[in-house]
Formats: sequence, C-alpha cells, structure tokens
Amino acid sequence: MIELQVLHAIVPLLIVVCAVLVARFKDLISAVIALAALSLLLALEFYLLQAPDVAIAEAGIGAAITTAIFVIAIRATKRT
Amino acid sequence: MSKIVRTVAKLLTPAILLFGLYVIMHGHITPGGGFQGGAVFASGVALLIVAFGAGRVEQFLKEHQLSMLESGGGLLFIGLAFAGLATAFFYNFLVGSPIFGHVPAFGPNPGDIWTGGTIPLMNVAVGMKVIAGLSAIVLVMALASSKQGEDE
Repeated sequence: MIELQVLHAIVPLLIVVCAVLVARFKDLISAVIALAALSLLLALEFYLLQAPDVAIAEAGIGAAITTAIFVIAIRATKRT
Repeated sequence: MSKIVRTVAKLLTPAILLFGLYVIMHGHITPGGGFQGGAVFASGVALLIVAFGAGRVEQFLKEHQLSMLESGGGLLFIGLAFAGLATAFFYNFLVGSPIFGHVPAFGPNPGDIWTGGTIPLMNVAVGMKVIAGLSAIVLVMALASSKQGEDE
C-alpha cells in the first residue's frame, strides 16, 4: 500500500499550506474559502486514518456550517 | 448571491437534505448517526440561507417551528429512555418486536435496517434536535445581520 503512504505525506502538507494561506490572505472571503479547504482536507485525513464517523462530522460542521456563518458575518461588515 | 450560486444551490440542496436523512436513518449500521446526519442536513439549510437570503428561507422555516422540533427531539429521546423503565433505564425494549426488532445476521452481511431496537429511534431523536439546533443558529445569525443592514 505505497499509495496510502504517499497520501499520508501529501494531505498533512496540504493542510499546512492551507493554514498558511488562511493567515496570509488579505481578502476575508478568500481566507474563509481556504479555511473550508483546510476542513475538507482534514476530513479526508480522518477518513484515511479509518475514522469515517469523525470525517462526516468534520465535513458537515467544519467545511459547511462554519463557512456559512463566516460568510454571513463578513457580508454584514463593510469594506472601506 | 450571484445567479451561479443560486442555480447550484437549487440543484444540490435536495441531494444534501436527502443524504442527511439517509445518514440519520442508517446510523446503526453504517458510519454516522444522529449528530452527523443532522449536521449534513443543517449544512443544506445553511447553503439555502447563504444563497437565497434569510428573509426568503424564513417564510417557510419559522424560528418557533425549529424550537418545537428541538423540544420534540429531546422529549422523544428521554421518553424512549423512560419507556424501558419496567426493566432498566435505557433498556432496549424493542428487541424481538416487529419494529426494529430483528436479530442481526452473524458474520459479513449486507446489513438489515430493521435491527437495533430503540437505537435507530434514538438516532432520529438526536437528528431532530441537531437539525433544529444548528439550523436555528445559522438562521438567527443571518436574520440578525440582515436586520442590522436595514437599519443603517
């Protein structure tokens, strides 16, 4: 199962890249999208680690509801 | 939101809501359960709210209805727990009955949904509670921010 080993190396690296992007983006909507991508990759990592239960919860809460709440909050603010 | 977001939301929302109900209903034989399925269902509602605005969603999804659904889920859960009180609290009194009472087959099998006794019903109760709670969080947040925008 060499492919699984490669995935276990790539997915955490991509999570770190997404986290750096969240901190680096000036545009708030872009940062929220990067955060959603981080959550989705984290759900994939949970699935690879044989925890599909946690993966479904992470995909539902982290990738969908948190992003929706952030988008609603950012839309209520004004850009100067 | 833009027309692209609205069209995609119209196409995807029925599938997301149906998948959430599927995860709740199959909680005792596949990964997932009340909380996970409820979170998936509520994410579909959140997609609707983000795409179409809280005002339009509130026309058919009132806040007091969600409150009633959440209380109903809690009452169903604790009622099922008390229903087995003749033997013990949380006793699985449905085993052997025609409703969810089948004894599961031994070894690898395709899965029988009529197993588990009270556990699928408790999954449904938890699902009702989570759907109502998370939908109410997103709905109230969107309503509050949109009303604040009208005041300015």
